[in-house]
Amino acid sequence: MSILDSRSPEGALAQKWTEHKFDMKLVNPANKRKYEIIVVGTGLAGASAAATFGELGYNVKCFTFHDSPRRAHSIAAQGGINAAKNYHGDGDSVYRLFYDTIKGGDYRGRESNTYRLAEVSNNIIDQAVAQGVPFAREYGGLLDNRSFGGAQVSRTFYARGQTGQQLLLGAYQALARQIHDNTVEMHIRTEMLDLVVKDGVAAGIVTRDLLTGEIRSHSAHAVVLATGGYSNAYYLSTNAMACNATAVWRAHRKGAFFANPCYTQIHPTAIPSSDEFQSKLTLMSESLRNDGRIWVPKNADDTGKVAAEIPESDRDYYLERKYPSFGNLVPRDVASRNAKTVVDQGLGVGPLNNGVYLDFADAIERLGQDKIAERYGNLFDMYERITGENPYQQPMRIFPAPHYTMGGLWVDYELQTTIPGLFAIGEANFSDHGANRLGASALMQGLSDGYFVLPYTIGNYLAPKLGDQPVPVDDPSFVDTEIAAKENINRYLAVKGTRSVDWFHRELGKIMWDYCGMERNRTGLEKALSEIPALRAEFESDVRVLGSAHTLNQSVEKVNRVADFFELGQLMCQDALMREESCGGHFREEHQTAEGEALRDDENFAFVGAWEYTGDPAAAKLNKEDLEFDDVELTTRSYK
Amino acid sequence: MKLTLNVWRQESPDSGGRFETYKLNDVSEDMSFLEMLDVLNQQLIEDNNEPVQFDHDCREGICGSCGLMINGQAHGPQASTATCQLHMRQYADGDTITIEPWRASGFPVIKDLVVNRSAFDRIIEAGGYISVPTGSASDANLTPVKKEVADEAFDAAACIGCGACVAACPNGAAQLFTSAKVSQLNMLPQGQPEKSARTRDMVDTMEAYFGSCTNIGECTAACPKDISLDHIARMNRDYLKAQFSKRS
Repeated sequence: MSILDSRSPEGALAQKWTEHKFDMKLVNPANKRKYEIIVVGTGLAGASAAATFGELGYNVKCFTFHDSPRRAHSIAAQGGINAAKNYHGDGDSVYRLFYDTIKGGDYRGRESNTYRLAEVSNNIIDQAVAQGVPFAREYGGLLDNRSFGGAQVSRTFYARGQTGQQLLLGAYQALARQIHDNTVEMHIRTEMLDLVVKDGVAAGIVTRDLLTGEIRSHSAHAVVLATGGYSNAYYLSTNAMACNATAVWRAHRKGAFFANPCYTQIHPTAIPSSDEFQSKLTLMSESLRNDGRIWVPKNADDTGKVAAEIPESDRDYYLERKYPSFGNLVPRDVASRNAKTVVDQGLGVGPLNNGVYLDFADAIERLGQDKIAERYGNLFDMYERITGENPYQQPMRIFPAPHYTMGGLWVDYELQTTIPGLFAIGEANFSDHGANRLGASALMQGLSDGYFVLPYTIGNYLAPKLGDQPVPVDDPSFVDTEIAAKENINRYLAVKGTRSVDWFHRELGKIMWDYCGMERNRTGLEKALSEIPALRAEFESDVRVLGSAHTLNQSVEKVNRVADFFELGQLMCQDALMREESCGGHFREEHQTAEGEALRDDENFAFVGAWEYTGDPAAAKLNKEDLEFDDVELTTRSYK
Repeated sequence: MKLTLNVWRQESPDSGGRFETYKLNDVSEDMSFLEMLDVLNQQLIEDNNEPVQFDHDCREGICGSCGLMINGQAHGPQASTATCQLHMRQYADGDTITIEPWRASGFPVIKDLVVNRSAFDRIIEAGGYISVPTGSASDANLTPVKKEVADEAFDAAACIGCGACVAACPNGAAQLFTSAKVSQLNMLPQGQPEKSARTRDMVDTMEAYFGSCTNIGECTAACPKDISLDHIARMNRDYLKAQFSKRS
């Protein structure tokens, strides 16, 4: 085991980023065109980074497996984006946003990164507004804010329930401008299959053209992964169907450490699943908790009744009862676990008794249906389309669903992984949210990394390489990687087994959800660690992938991704087993207070667990980055 | 419920296509339309037949990936609903459903139900942005925007780029898509400096790929996000004005 150095700059917390920006080496404007940068992924992080690199004058190659960069899953983020503007004079500040984020992450995040995130949050709002992002406004023409879980100030900027869409389109349009100006070469329907490393340094990537099946190499001076999270390891999640971990996992296999894989966020407000054919879970924005009240019947006998027939006295508004000061706005992990508790007690509602109520009756009475429709209209419509029930007339049914992964590739303060020249940004890295991410902070981090952090730090890496040529793509390091990628696909095509890729993915998802979901314990995790390799062996010998690799073939795309989820799932369980404490999204049943709250062990576990690939997925090696808290005191989170 | 599906199958852009008929015996009304296609694909794989290729991703009506002609209607029978949000409770036991890709010369078929919509990206690249390099923005509240304007800009910006407007149009025109972006940006104070050039360049690019608008209105009827025809009127007005302004 080694101890990792975050390379956070010295000095006072509030000065670190300013001073570091001055200390970093610069690439002069005329020299930027001598560098090639690869950006994989076009979500908020990838699109904003690629656009900014292009504006600065670098040569950028950008890749997405979608048919257009605009379809990345950032587009589905609903609720909003935080910033410490304090436009409403309710006591917000950069320090408070930093403090809420580090506390919300249950003190398992890195202080310096989190502070920087809060610090640049205001620039993001300015940038987005200048791009024409239509944020909600008040009648005076100024920007409106709403409040979100885990905060007692109103700092969330929003564009109805489609904030992610509007911010992504802003970044996509900035990217489109660079594509038009030929600073960015865009590769659509092209999936990264592997990272190429030469002499320990990232040299480029190998991709597959999803329409022709062509395997191709691309080299560059630096590679940026902005490929999102891995919630689809659970199969059913709020992520889009194609979200996958292949890029980060392949980078991990080539030497990038994977940090805190067990920190997964189960979002409290998704629509419960309705049958076995369910392909994904649909999120209902957390912003609904501003006006909705969460409850279940007090008596299990009432769960089958129509909600309106259950009198107030027979309802348990359990979050308001247990957490009077935060009420329905407790952080996501707390809200999710409490929902599971009441459903496990047999108090769940709906046809499958797998949900809790999110009730707007009071808010509609207080504010009128029009106001509620203006705030959440599109979410209410979406709910009705999916469930066939009208949430203006009866409460929504909600239940937690895998949604976001705080873990990811380990990066230092400059967002560089343990492989020099390989950077990871947005959800793909681990750095800013600790063990739990607060609402409206994912958009903030994606854009912070892409617009305002990496464009500075990448220069520090590139400057000394002036004059170096990228490794040619006929170098053995590329050729061998291409051959391995082709062999991998051909191997799966040759199995000709009996079960579809989706079947295996679903089975893996069940194991992950049952044993590495909202609550974990040693017995379950050990069981998962024996079941996953067994299922993997079955997958290798019995998967059925039909058709050819030389055409559009979605089964070929999926088989690679699911193979990587097997190994990542195993690592998630290993990490969860290693972490003998409860923190944020990681709740070990063995470690809880008498009241059932998460019990951290700061003495032994105030570190980032960064895993190193050894060639055997079952024998990953643990490295640690000690977390030092100079500015905040570690307390037990209390939202009571 | 039991369903009969007539699904368009096409090997490649250049090969001819044909309808194949498939039977499904156990479709639940709670399934989404795409989950019903998942079941079909599962059945095809079990029978050693290649599954039907179709674009889809978020399955919550926002990414714009999915888009099918269902019984001749873009995104099917439910108003304001993308294919992925359509649920099988809209259908009855014994129904026959015909499923085709978008049909438009601007959207060539790639395979089965998948089409090439890259022309939309070309239109945005031509000018669908406000040129504001990262870091050059002033404080966000420095430029107040009337709430009504911000709301209307949002209505236009809600476009998901699915292409239903083009598929529904007898002329295969892309006015609704193009005007949604032109209108959003031209309406806002931030979008004024580039207004003329933007309108001209986006419209000219659009016309290189797509048909002409004859004000039929099928586009807005098919639009899952209810983008209004008003935006087309605004774009036409701005385009005309741009003809009289100097090229910038």
